[in-house]
Amino acid sequence: MIRSSKLQASKWLRVMSLGMFGQMRAASGLAQDRSLPGHMSIFSPSSTPAIQIDHSAILVFAITGAIFVFVASLLAFVVIRFRARGDESAEPPQVYGSTQIELAWTVIPVLIVIVLFLATVRVIFAVQDPVKPHSALDVTVIGHQFWWEFRYPKLGIVTANELHVPVSSQDHPTPTFMKLLSADVDHSFWVPQLAGKTDLIPNRVNEMWIDPLQTGLYLGQCAQFCGMEHAKMLIRVYVDTPEQFAEWTRNQQQPSREDPQVALGRHLFETESCMNCHTIRGTAATGRFGPDLTHLMSRATIASGIVANNRANLTDWIKNPDHFKKGSLMPAMQLSDDQVDALVAYLSTLQ
Amino acid sequence: MADQSIPYPGTFEPVQTEGGATLLEKLHSWVITVDHKKLGILYVVYSLCFLLVGGIEAICIRIQLAIPDNHFLGPAVFNRFFTMHGTTMVFLVGMPILFGFANYLVPLMIGARDMAFPRLNAFSFWLTAFGGLLLYFSFIGGFGLYGMGSAPDVGWFAYAPLTARAFSPGHSTDYWALALIVSGFGTLGTAINIIATIVSMRCKGMTLLRMPLFPWLMFVVSSLTLIAITPLTAAQVMLLIDRYLGGHFFDTQAGGSAVVWMHFFWIFGHPEVYILVMPAFGIANEIIPVFSRKAIFGYPAMVSASACIAFVSVSVWAHHMFTVGMTSVSNAFFTLSTMMVGIPTGIKIFNWIATMWGGKIRFATPMLFCTAFLLQFLIAGLTGIMLAAAPLDWQLHNSYFVIAHFHYVLVGAIVTCIFAAIYYWYPKATGRMMNETLGKWHFWLFIIGFHLCFDTMHIPGMLGMPRSIYTYQADRGWGTLNLITSIGGFIQGIAVLIFAYNLIVSYFRGLQAGNDPWDAWTLEWSIPSPPPEYNFAIEPEVKSRRPLWDLKHPEDPDWRYEQ
Repeated sequence: MIRSSKLQASKWLRVMSLGMFGQMRAASGLAQDRSLPGHMSIFSPSSTPAIQIDHSAILVFAITGAIFVFVASLLAFVVIRFRARGDESAEPPQVYGSTQIELAWTVIPVLIVIVLFLATVRVIFAVQDPVKPHSALDVTVIGHQFWWEFRYPKLGIVTANELHVPVSSQDHPTPTFMKLLSADVDHSFWVPQLAGKTDLIPNRVNEMWIDPLQTGLYLGQCAQFCGMEHAKMLIRVYVDTPEQFAEWTRNQQQPSREDPQVALGRHLFETESCMNCHTIRGTAATGRFGPDLTHLMSRATIASGIVANNRANLTDWIKNPDHFKKGSLMPAMQLSDDQVDALVAYLSTLQ
Repeated sequence: MADQSIPYPGTFEPVQTEGGATLLEKLHSWVITVDHKKLGILYVVYSLCFLLVGGIEAICIRIQLAIPDNHFLGPAVFNRFFTMHGTTMVFLVGMPILFGFANYLVPLMIGARDMAFPRLNAFSFWLTAFGGLLLYFSFIGGFGLYGMGSAPDVGWFAYAPLTARAFSPGHSTDYWALALIVSGFGTLGTAINIIATIVSMRCKGMTLLRMPLFPWLMFVVSSLTLIAITPLTAAQVMLLIDRYLGGHFFDTQAGGSAVVWMHFFWIFGHPEVYILVMPAFGIANEIIPVFSRKAIFGYPAMVSASACIAFVSVSVWAHHMFTVGMTSVSNAFFTLSTMMVGIPTGIKIFNWIATMWGGKIRFATPMLFCTAFLLQFLIAGLTGIMLAAAPLDWQLHNSYFVIAHFHYVLVGAIVTCIFAAIYYWYPKATGRMMNETLGKWHFWLFIIGFHLCFDTMHIPGMLGMPRSIYTYQADRGWGTLNLITSIGGFIQGIAVLIFAYNLIVSYFRGLQAGNDPWDAWTLEWSIPSPPPEYNFAIEPEVKSRRPLWDLKHPEDPDWRYEQ
């Protein structure tokens, strides 16, 4: 009861303090419905770092909002009250300054800055220097032009573009701690509902953490300009129940599925250039330049979240990657239609 | 004015007035000029041309983003356009136009006959001009040996290692670096010149604390320029060494550091914001008192607040880097230092409002723009405080919220003040008034367009839209907001065209201005419009900050009251 009324109160505070942003906040309340705007709002957080940022945002917005209302009304008053009304001949009395008044509007901003700083600094330390529990999941995120590689070192899983993590709760915290690396240029990992962004910088190791409190799909994308297709470097984070996550883990840990019916496609994959860039565990393909395809069909999208993962799109993609993503580094391999069909048939078995 | 008073021995025959010279001779006189007024006008005209170019790029960007999954511009062209838009607006519009105003106004305001180093002045302008042309030549010349390139496409911040040859083949990045080195030298020359002029060429009686605030601000800005441009130039040189001489400063594949580039760039980049905004303050400092009919409130506080902003501004650069994984202590430090900028800035806003308080405010076009500036700069400052809080910045950094914030500063404050300044000093430079009706149309359209565009732009940022993306999927829910933003952009474009038309038409048909159309108080209004080449026939002598007030009100002069 107490908790819910407190939530209610804080919701009111938000709406009031935000003023012009109120409508957006209301929209963000419907965050679970992904057809509505606001499903990537920083104001519908569902993971501790994002929640803490959201709370500090309320305070910052309230203070700056109050300053705005005060100063803007002062300005409006001056503009209306002191506009010239025809009697242009006489000059108004000249005032050159006033030490007391100027001192007042120096000291008050100093106090405001101190309050804002103290409120902010608490959140900086809380988010940036957390205690890592033993139950935490480790993931290494590697940014590539223009896709994401996710490696789970302790689980032996490698996947791309779609991150699976377990849901966390206060009783059983299973946060995910991410080590951020880059294979080429700067990228930035940003899923607004889960945490603020952190950059992936080559030759440097960064870290961030999330502890999603609700299951579901969370969207984000690269937030640091990284070249031609920066816009098409989307992130999908699936927050699974512990059971779903265990099931997903079990599947991902298997080597690729063997199916004699698609041996031709597999042969093509291993003999054409595909294997130079892609890995399919259990085959000769061990390339690391492109996404790991061992369990390609367990992913809902291809090309870093751009299009649905189905046979038609896979065929299009292999024939001409530029069709979906002009600056993609995957070349068009100039295969015949039959070869592409065989390849797609093979890839479609990689559950 | 008696020409005999020109104290230059052996001067040429006075240049023939209108009609005497052929067009070619006139053009020639502009090319070879070392007169600070002509150079000032050259700077302003040059910048306004690039304002149109950068504006066209902005409009193209806004068309592309107006609807989701648009195909108006491809990714390659879009990336070039936003890079060129940013680089153009900062280096080829913002800085040259403000230094142009300084060139034109500082000597007039301090009662001098020219800048301290007239030839350096001309040299600096032409360096800046050729820097700009070099940058735009990349559209033709950047094609390069590899069949790659054309214009730069690495963002105006050009983060390493995207600028390394591995990721940026061809010559587009080289054009970017070289153009900015060249125009940077021009900027440094002008900055040195302004400092020397203000230090050594003030007229009789003009102590530093009697100097009008615009020269004061330009003095602070020029000093800051010397600090800020140097690391940028150094970084560009290092980048070129990396690209052509096998250096590894920023080459991460050979152990270089991408973060070092960011430090170099932002220790230039953030003071740069103040280099751009403080001349705008200077403009507001001149216009608001004149149209409120009151002396500036708290002159000493205004001077010290400006110096204070400059001082603090060199310690805030890493607030652009809250997401690069600095330690929590560094993040806390830069949060504090950045928030501290709010204090002197707040003092300024309050002092401007206090100047208007109790006045008789005349809302001619320059004052309309200055009033809009006050409101918009207030909002820009407050969103700046939001971004200064590192945790909030982790969310908002590199999002459209940041884009909206800095356009609020650059357009809402700086461009708005530039418009005010042009309406205000155009009569001095040309002898004719700008059309007031067109001016009001320009003002209201521009303000409506501005708010439609940039108020709205904050919101997609908070809904997760990152900057620098050439397109977005329909299901992200940013479509409507972007459409409104684009419409606002178009309205601003129309307003600017009205302004350009006004500029040209008023030159031929504007009302005669006379020496002092605004009933103002600084020295430039004591001489004819346009001023003669030698500015002041007799060196003026001042006893207060408002020499013309003293002249017009001998019964109640300022010098009795100024501390």
